[in-house]
Amino acid sequence: MPIDKTDEQLLETIADLHGVPEGSFNIRKNGQLLARNSNTDIEIVSKKDKDGIDIIVKPGVKNKSVHIPVLLTVGDFHDTVYNDFFIGENADVTIIAGCGIHNATCADAEHDGIHTFYLKKNARVRYVERHYASGGGSGKKVFDPVTKIHLAEGAQFTLESTQLGGVTYTDRKTYATVGDRAQLIVKEKILTDAEEVAITDFKVRLTGRDSRADIVSRSVARGKSVQKFRSDLIGKNACFGHVECDGILLEGARIVSTPRIDAVDPEASLVHEAAVGKIAGEQLMKLMSLGLTEQEAEDAVIRGFLN
Amino acid sequence: MLELKNISYSVKDEATGKVQDILKNVDLTFEDGTISAITGPNGSGKSTLIKILMGFLHPTSGAIFFNGEDVTDLSVTDRARKGFTIAFQQPVRFKGITVQKLLELASGKRMDTDAMCECLSSVGLCARNYIGRAVDGTLSGGELKRIELATAIAKGGEVFLLDEPEAGIDLWSFEDLVKVFERLHDKTVIIVSHQQRILETADKIVLFENDSPVSFGRKEEMFDKLTKRPNLCWRNIKED
Repeated sequence: MPIDKTDEQLLETIADLHGVPEGSFNIRKNGQLLARNSNTDIEIVSKKDKDGIDIIVKPGVKNKSVHIPVLLTVGDFHDTVYNDFFIGENADVTIIAGCGIHNATCADAEHDGIHTFYLKKNARVRYVERHYASGGGSGKKVFDPVTKIHLAEGAQFTLESTQLGGVTYTDRKTYATVGDRAQLIVKEKILTDAEEVAITDFKVRLTGRDSRADIVSRSVARGKSVQKFRSDLIGKNACFGHVECDGILLEGARIVSTPRIDAVDPEASLVHEAAVGKIAGEQLMKLMSLGLTEQEAEDAVIRGFLN
Repeated sequence: MLELKNISYSVKDEATGKVQDILKNVDLTFEDGTISAITGPNGSGKSTLIKILMGFLHPTSGAIFFNGEDVTDLSVTDRARKGFTIAFQQPVRFKGITVQKLLELASGKRMDTDAMCECLSSVGLCARNYIGRAVDGTLSGGELKRIELATAIAKGGEVFLLDEPEAGIDLWSFEDLVKVFERLHDKTVIIVSHQQRILETADKIVLFENDSPVSFGRKEEMFDKLTKRPNLCWRNIKED
C-alpha cells in the first residue's frame, strides 16, 4: 500500500515524520499494516488472537525510539487495535504513537487504541501520543483510547498526550499502577472547538513505597465544545501524588473538572489543583501593551498555555 | 512631548451611587529626553494616571497629546505601536509562555541569544538561566519584576511608563535599575515611585495628593522640599 499526500500530511502532524522513519516502526492505515521495521533491540510482532501488535524492548536498550502511527482516511470505519508493550529492565525508549483521521465523508470514522504497558524494574518510557483529525465531511472523527500502565520498581513512564483539533469526540481512559519508587508523569493538552466533546479519565493507584504521580492537564475549550476531566488518585503506600487541571474557556464552551484523591495509607501525600476560567484580562492587556491586537494576544496566551 | 490637558477621571461607587474623583483637572507636560518621577501617598491617583496614559482607562474628560497628536481615544494596541511602553507595578504571569517568547512578542521579532542576553543582563539576569523558563509562579517576585523591565526594554519606544519599578527588587540591585533609567535618557520616561534613590535619578518630580499634582518642579527644588519635611509628611509639602 503506497503512502499518498494525505498520509504524508497526517504523519507529519501526528508523528513529525517525513516519510518512513528510521529505526523500529509500525505504520497502520485503515486497519491494515502499511509498513513495519522490527529489529533485535525492539521487536514488533503481530498478535495472533486479535488485531494488534506486541512491542518488545530488550533489557538495557537505551536511547532508541519506536514509531507506531495509525492513519484512518476512510469514513464508516471503526478500527480497534490492541497493542502491548513489554519494556525490559533498565531500558530507556521513546514511543511515538500518534493517530490521524482524515474523514471527508458523512459516515463516522473511529480509532480505539487499547494500549497496555509493562515496564520492568528501572525501565523508562517517554510515550508521545498525538491525536488529530481533518476532513470536511459531516462524519464524526472519534478516538476512544485506553492506556493501561504497570510500573515495576523504579520504573518511570512519561505520557505526553496532545489533541489539537478536529476530533469530534474522544473518551480517553488511562489506568496506572505505580510500584516502589516508580514514577508516572502525565502532560495532557487538549483543544476543542465547535460542538466537540472530550472526556479524559485517569485512575492511578500508587501502590509502591515512595511512588509518585504527577498529572498535569491543560485544556482550551472554544465554541460550544465540552470537556470533562476526571481523575482518581489513590495512595496505598507512602507516596506523593499531584493532579492539576487548568482550563481556559472561550465563547460558550464548558469544562467540568472532577478530581478525587484517596489517601488510603496515612503516609500518602496527595494534592489536586483545578482552575477553569476565561483568559485573565490582565494577560490580554499586557500583551496588547506590547503592540498585539486583542485577537493576537488571545492566540499568544493559548499557544503558550498549550506549549 | 507628552501633554495632559485637564484630565479628570472619576468612578461611581456602586454601593452609594456617589461619584468619586480619582483625578481632577490634571495638566502636566512631559518633555522628550526627560525622566519624571511621580510620587505621593497611596490612593492619590498615580497609578490611575499611568493607566490613562497607556489607554487601559479612558479619562472622564480632558485630552492627551503626543507630539501634538490627540491620542486620547487610541486603543492600548495603537498607543503601544506609537511608542508607548509600560512596565506594570505587578507583573502578569503566563502559564507556558517562556521568557524568550515574551521578549520576542515585545520586540516583534525573533531574538537570538545575544540579543536576549543584552536585554536581560541590563536588568541583572543571565539569559542562559532564564530564556527557557515560563513567566509564571516558578519565578520570584523580584525575577518577574526584572523580566517586566527587560520586556519594556525589548519592546523599545518613545514614552516609558514605569509603575513602581523598584517594588520587589532588592536594595543591592538599585544600581541595575538606575542604569536602566540612564539607558532611556533620550526618551520620555515617567516613573511612579516612593523611593528616594529612584527620585534622585529623575530630572523632574511631580508630587500627587488626593486627585491631582500639588507640586511639580525640577528635582533639586522638589527634593529639597521632600527631604526637609519632618517624617516626609505629604501634607506639610502641600502647605508649603
